[in-house]
Amino acid sequence: MSSTMSLDIKRRSASTTPAPSGRGAHSGQVAKLIDVSKCIGCKACQTACMEWNDLRDEIGTAAAGVYDNPTDLTAQSWTVMRYTEYENESSGNLEWLIRKDGCMHCEDPGCLKACPSPGAIVQYANGIVDFQQDQCVGCGYCITGCPFNIPRISKKDNKAYKCTLCSDRVAVGREPACVKTCPTGAIMFGTKDAMHAQAERRVGDLKNRGYANAGLYDPQGVGGTHVMYVLHHADKPSLYKGLPDDPKISPMVSLWKGVAKPLAMAALGAAAVGSLFHYITKGPNEVSKELEDEMERKDQEATRKEAQP
Amino acid sequence: MTNHWVDIKNADVILIMGGNAAEAHPCGFKWVTEAKEHNGAYFMVVDPRFNRSASVADFYAPIRSGSDIVFLGGMINYLLTHDKIHHEYVKNYTDFSFIVREDFAFDEGIFSGYNPETRSYDKSSWDYELGEDGFVKVDPTLEHPRCVYQWLKRHYAGYTPEKVESVCGTPKDKFLHVCEKFASTAQAGRVATILYALGWTQHTTGAQILRTGALVQLLCGNIGIAGGGMNALRGHSNIQGLTDLGILSASLPGYLTLPGEKEQDYAQYIATRTPKPLRPGQMNYWANYGKFHVSLMKAWWGPAATEANNWAFDYLPKLDQSYDMLKTFDLMNQGKINGYIAQGFNPLAALANSNNVREGLKKLKFLVIMDPLVTETSEFWKNYGEFNDVDTASIQTEVFRLPTTCFAEEEGAVVSSSRVLQWHWKAADAPGEAKTDVAIMSGLHLRLKALYDKEGGKFPEPISQLYWPYAQKEHPSSEEIAKEYNGRALVDLTDAEGKVIRKAGEQLAGFGEMRADGSTLGGCWIWAGAWTQAGNQMARRDNSDPTGIGNTLNWAWAWPANRRVLYNRASCDRQGKPFDPNRVLIQWNGSKWGGADVPDVAPALDPEVVNPFIMNPEGVARFFSRKGMNEGPFPTHYEAFDNPLGYNPMYPNNPLAVINPAARILESTKGTAGDPKDYPHVGTTYRLTEHFHYWTKHVQLNNIVQPDQFVEIGEALAKELGIATGQRVKVSSKRGFVKAAAVVTKRIKPMQIDGKTIHHVGIPIHWGFSSQGRKGYLANNLTASVGDGNSFTPESKTFLVKVEKA
Repeated sequence: MSSTMSLDIKRRSASTTPAPSGRGAHSGQVAKLIDVSKCIGCKACQTACMEWNDLRDEIGTAAAGVYDNPTDLTAQSWTVMRYTEYENESSGNLEWLIRKDGCMHCEDPGCLKACPSPGAIVQYANGIVDFQQDQCVGCGYCITGCPFNIPRISKKDNKAYKCTLCSDRVAVGREPACVKTCPTGAIMFGTKDAMHAQAERRVGDLKNRGYANAGLYDPQGVGGTHVMYVLHHADKPSLYKGLPDDPKISPMVSLWKGVAKPLAMAALGAAAVGSLFHYITKGPNEVSKELEDEMERKDQEATRKEAQP
Repeated sequence: MTNHWVDIKNADVILIMGGNAAEAHPCGFKWVTEAKEHNGAYFMVVDPRFNRSASVADFYAPIRSGSDIVFLGGMINYLLTHDKIHHEYVKNYTDFSFIVREDFAFDEGIFSGYNPETRSYDKSSWDYELGEDGFVKVDPTLEHPRCVYQWLKRHYAGYTPEKVESVCGTPKDKFLHVCEKFASTAQAGRVATILYALGWTQHTTGAQILRTGALVQLLCGNIGIAGGGMNALRGHSNIQGLTDLGILSASLPGYLTLPGEKEQDYAQYIATRTPKPLRPGQMNYWANYGKFHVSLMKAWWGPAATEANNWAFDYLPKLDQSYDMLKTFDLMNQGKINGYIAQGFNPLAALANSNNVREGLKKLKFLVIMDPLVTETSEFWKNYGEFNDVDTASIQTEVFRLPTTCFAEEEGAVVSSSRVLQWHWKAADAPGEAKTDVAIMSGLHLRLKALYDKEGGKFPEPISQLYWPYAQKEHPSSEEIAKEYNGRALVDLTDAEGKVIRKAGEQLAGFGEMRADGSTLGGCWIWAGAWTQAGNQMARRDNSDPTGIGNTLNWAWAWPANRRVLYNRASCDRQGKPFDPNRVLIQWNGSKWGGADVPDVAPALDPEVVNPFIMNPEGVARFFSRKGMNEGPFPTHYEAFDNPLGYNPMYPNNPLAVINPAARILESTKGTAGDPKDYPHVGTTYRLTEHFHYWTKHVQLNNIVQPDQFVEIGEALAKELGIATGQRVKVSSKRGFVKAAAVVTKRIKPMQIDGKTIHHVGIPIHWGFSSQGRKGYLANNLTASVGDGNSFTPESKTFLVKVEKA
């Protein structure tokens, strides 16, 4: 959650109020560029994220037998490193692919589209997608809506959390905490144009060094992202521990957003909250099928209500 | 480092071997990233494990732990046989053409003069042949069979790519690839850097491994060059300061040395440390030893150090033997040391063979701990189950814990690996009753002084006369101490014409102003220039870099003389013209030296005469180290104390040459080596980037990102033993064991060594029983109390273990 005062909001979940457009991101849309080929997996970014955002995850164990700690994103870990040991058959070399995982800040954010609570998810004019936990009803639709499996519901307050791209820092002209702390410069921040130019240079360098398929990950299925990767193997993003090859918003969300939601808005209010008892009692982690069904049911219900005079 | 962190950006080829900079030095490692991105550098890693540095390298080659001299010796052989050497450089700036004495010999792994009884050498034959003029005889044609070049060729002739493959486990093609890339820098205009750390030093052959790396660099002409050098990456932020200040048991500040017990005669002590020049016209800087020594004595004993008492020479302790850490704990175990002050040191965790250390601590009458945090050493008496299984009631050691401030709670200078002394200011008050180390030591000193005053004693002067001119006796300030290290004039200093160049009481501008007549005071000669009449040079914060080479001469201050690249005169040819016009450090303008760095040689010295290696009396770098090393003038491969083969595959017919014939092996250590039949795998310890030594296990954030003790084993070994990733295993050596989760990885592969399959087992340090997080076993439960033959650094990187399900 961040200040909503100094960044203009261009989209707001579950709202029909026209977005303000009086101010613009005159210095450009922002982007974070994660250069996987420079990342040493030191986790300084994880630590900086916890420090800046006042998060403290649990102290885990080594039972998973991996370097990934914490082993997954949580409401207290908004970014984690994911390590993949990849035997590259074409070169005969082992590669240790290390990817910083976290919110991609999609230009076309599935979470925001799926969110039924007015203003719980916003997108700023500079492209940052932010959760406003005071508006969050904990339904978990954002998780279904996210093609990258990023948001997590807190067991403590039953609200959804994820990386804010340090919107509070960016709003006052500073880079995200992870960028500030990265010792090798693997995480960079600037306008999306500048990051594209930087990525082009890096991809050229990687190609010179033998990575013929090096490239930029800025998936168009979600309208591009405000967090991008330079990958050695841009032809196979899924090598990097589950990075989607071609992420798209779930068709359920498209339906909800495209047809049903605008109609539903007026009637949603209490009904949306009411429908969540089911979710809350079933717990936050059993999301996918159940929630999609729930969403669909909700859509239909809203449409029906709207249709009544 | 001969060079410095920022300078890595100037490299064309980077070799990390014997270290893992991305893991252990992630902030400094940014300069490797810079070199790659902005200088197109080619980056190689040679290590037993595919590590974090390897993850961003252009090339990785595996190597069996402890076989580095074979690999590097193989590189020397490659460079010589392919004639990939910087001819002008080695001809002018090394001892290539020097003739070695006729009685010097090497046979099957052993040099001339060896005594197997004492495990030491009579080094008299290890020298150059001198002419009647006292200078070394040379053969510029390099054809003399006893010239260093010919010796070098012969010595490494057996270090072939095939041998490298069979002894190091490095596939021949990978080894040759490293050679080819490195050899591309054996010319003017291209340069390679070598970055190393404890992966090289913590072996019984550690110091010789570093030397082998230095020889590779010399052959390529990469020492004294921007983007080159031999770069030791230091562990603690101020461990460079520790060695600079001579905290090691046989050292004095500024790499001066304590006298031995046979050196009771002052004149002889100075004479043996003041070499005669071995070649004409050279700077021979140690000729100034007496100036630095007398200035130190004046700093320590002030007016009580006089010419009449040989500048208080008798006040200095005279060593009857070395009191390195291995020896200290051995003496403790023998009951001969019964009191111990552990200041900023956690020997139970940090020193090899924790069980041996623990037994020593149990025999003490008293143990004083000075540390900001709770350490294992401070709790050695407390039973923590299997982690520290002691019978508390039977331990009589009285333990005093004196909490100290940490670095952020005091001001002063920290010396980085770059030799840069950077001043920092206090950020916070210390909690509770914590005091600075200076206050604690001062209090102790003043009380001892008072006791001597009151009760007298056998030889009170070294304590009672200690110069203590500080404004607050109980708490000398960091400024006062820093100014004392720099040194000041005690009387008006005059030049040859009688002109006053430095008034009494003024700070010295540099060590060049120090005198051997008692007219100057200076606590650490190499730091002279850090706090001059112009003020605290360490506090400077101008990072401007007009030439772009990264030297930032106005940012803090580097020893010596604010020089950023040591031996920088070697960056220029015989006439003083830079070898590489694009990376100019200094150059000769016809009348003097100048440039982007502080020249290593005196400003007006003729480039046709003066050579770069000013600390050697011959002015050139040594392939043949004369008597400088304890196991021989040329680095030679020996197996580790705990070794998996039982013989030396380079010299298989000589039982005397299996392990380093001059390794630090104490009587009590003999017979404690593991047998490969019982302990078939090679264990190696290392750090993780998420933690800092044994400190951050007290810190929540570090524990979140790396919560629990683990060991790393390869998939092949895991399969052989039926171990799944995450499963608990017990790793044992002849000395002890640890239990931890297994991280099963592709990054450790089995190696074929002389027909035998060898598996490595990786044992990260950082865990212990004094922890705010999850408790664990001390990694040093496994290591042996043996050390390098020169530095006595314990062999923590190569030892034998077995692995079983816990």
